[in-house]
Amino acid sequence: MSSVALHQAEPTAGTTPGTTRGPARRRRIAPVPTLTLLLGALYCLLPVAWVVIASTKSGSELFSTFTFWPGSGFADNLSDLGAYRDGVYWQWMGNSALYAGLGALLSTCVSAVSGYALAVYRFRGRETLFNVLLAGVLMPPVILAVPQYLLLAKADLTDSYLSVLLPQILSPYGVYLARIYAAAAVPADVVEAGRMDGAGEWRIFTRVALPMMVPGLVTVFLFQFVAIWNNFLLPYIMLSDDEKFPITLGLYTLLEQGANTPALYTLVITGAFLAVFPLVALFLVIQRFWSLDLLSGAVKS
Amino acid sequence: MPYTKRRRLVSSAVAVTLGATALAACGSESGDDGDARSGPVSLTYWTWAPGMDKVVDLWNKGPGKKEQITVTVKKQASGDTLVTKILTAHKAGKAPDLVQAEYQALPTLVSNDALADIGDGVGDAKSKFAEGVWQQTTLGTDAVYAVPQDIGPMMFYYREDLFEKYGLTVPTTWDEFAETARKLKKVAPDTDLTTFSANDSGLFAGLAQQAGAQWWTTSGDRWKVGINDGATKKVAEFWGGLVEEGAIDNQPMYTPAWNKALNTGKQIAWVSAVWAPGTLTTAAPDTKGKWAMAPLPQWNAGESRTGSWGGSSTAVTTDSGNKDAAATFAAWLNTDGDALNALAKEGGIYPASTSAQLSGAFTSPPEYFPNQPDFYQKAAEIAETTAPSAWGPNVNVAYTTFKDAFGAAAKNTSDFTAALDTMQEDTVADLKKQGFGVAE
Repeated sequence: MSSVALHQAEPTAGTTPGTTRGPARRRRIAPVPTLTLLLGALYCLLPVAWVVIASTKSGSELFSTFTFWPGSGFADNLSDLGAYRDGVYWQWMGNSALYAGLGALLSTCVSAVSGYALAVYRFRGRETLFNVLLAGVLMPPVILAVPQYLLLAKADLTDSYLSVLLPQILSPYGVYLARIYAAAAVPADVVEAGRMDGAGEWRIFTRVALPMMVPGLVTVFLFQFVAIWNNFLLPYIMLSDDEKFPITLGLYTLLEQGANTPALYTLVITGAFLAVFPLVALFLVIQRFWSLDLLSGAVKS
Repeated sequence: MPYTKRRRLVSSAVAVTLGATALAACGSESGDDGDARSGPVSLTYWTWAPGMDKVVDLWNKGPGKKEQITVTVKKQASGDTLVTKILTAHKAGKAPDLVQAEYQALPTLVSNDALADIGDGVGDAKSKFAEGVWQQTTLGTDAVYAVPQDIGPMMFYYREDLFEKYGLTVPTTWDEFAETARKLKKVAPDTDLTTFSANDSGLFAGLAQQAGAQWWTTSGDRWKVGINDGATKKVAEFWGGLVEEGAIDNQPMYTPAWNKALNTGKQIAWVSAVWAPGTLTTAAPDTKGKWAMAPLPQWNAGESRTGSWGGSSTAVTTDSGNKDAAATFAAWLNTDGDALNALAKEGGIYPASTSAQLSGAFTSPPEYFPNQPDFYQKAAEIAETTAPSAWGPNVNVAYTTFKDAFGAAAKNTSDFTAALDTMQEDTVADLKKQGFGVAE
């Protein structure tokens, strides 16, 4: 397949200078794109840098010292955050991990099954179903939060872990992505070959197609994980018990404490800083799954 | 539209004249509240006050145990979003038994049938509060929709040391206030007396209230909106004039820049409310003990009136299955001495109950004001002079347009009265859109 050839060619072209062909010419940096990218990187990283530095400042240093000069209060901030309402912050962190981890996992499973079915099987109403899903992709989840609340209230499920998990399991975008990926990565010939060998449909899916879809599913998992981790409105409407809050909601309650109580800025900033770590760790761990492209060479074309 | 009709009915509940009729209508809707209770009751309570769980523990271990009423606190974030959340929950019939609500949110909640009349359940609570405060929870009807919890009477805060340094005297009227601002500009051109913050609608509403504005009133079964009435115009022109001539700053409050200005003495006064010490503690930590508090400047010499900025109440929802029990708790929380002491200590609130304003935590000044030992005596005197307020069912809309219109006006130092007219028009248009009758 041509994509495989491209992948193999890339490393030599991009990263190893000093090969036989004129290194000087290749080393030259194109100033405009580089500058644009650097500016983009700066734009994205500056707020992160601000959070990192601000989390080291004590309450009195926060607004009175130079913005990008580290303060002396990081340890205090950490212990204050841990002590706030008997460590409810760690509870929020655990809740977020549960919502995002389990939610993304279930969502990936649903996406994998439905995306594979939509890509491989031909049945009546397939395109209609897919178009409905596409419409779902265009629908911002925010506007569904209130109807979902009213629906779950009928089932008496509000203010429970399920109320946050359930609505996020079906992700139209995840199904869409899984279908596109399955259509590209699982050749019809492979499925056909499996059938010839007498494998059942479920076996073909789990043993043959699923491994081929892993890079795509990892992407779905990551997208869902980040989306749920950052979600605010759905848990805001669903939950009233702050022991079940995810981090986003918990930090918000620290900010909005009423007019007569100052917002706990240092705690919020430190909390936001810590909340970035799981996401970074997840990206680092999961990166290696993206290199499984090799499997796509199973069929000669 | 049946909704419109009901809205109109409820809006008339606010009219004094029709109060009784509407009450009957409300009563029939919530006829099956299951008040005949047997056995223990457990209630949920949405609140944002810090440390409220500890105060509620006092109840659960004391009077609540005796009466078999257990209350569970579910801590929420404050603000307009909470009102929306309560109304969403109410639509599903799942609102908690008790909610904390700011005074200006009460008409919104009542006009959506979210709050129950707890007049029978709160006993003689009325006698513990100043009349102007209590009136905010009845909305002028015979019903009682909440028990006042904390109030925010407005005051004038200034840097005592810098006033002396620049040779300024504490202004007692707004004219003197303007003179003080101009004089300061002459003595120290890079220093401002204060700023006009277009982000803080509550502050402007309080200033208008002091001047005698009545933003929402009812006539017959219709609402009357008076946001651009004479009193408010006077206030808008006053501040607009100061901004235009450059006598004061026009940057918003509660920003890092504002904190810095307070902390470094670039702004030397603040029109605020009784809770200011808490804010100053974090905003201007280096100037502890250098600030002093005085009554708000007056429009006419010799008067003593103030507005309010902030404050909230405890209300019982129509979804509650145990309204009487909830009302009993609400009354205890906001009138019992121990409860209020704990609220002051844990939540840092300034109590609405008059007897609590001079006891317990309020016998000594706030930590930030060691130089003013009679801080809370003065505060209690000022609180007594709070002008009556008049809130309507779409305060949030008025507040949002305030931020937009006055934000632009303050930035461009343009006409504040035009911004006021925009606020009036948008508020009236929204009321009509919601189906309320509006008297022109």
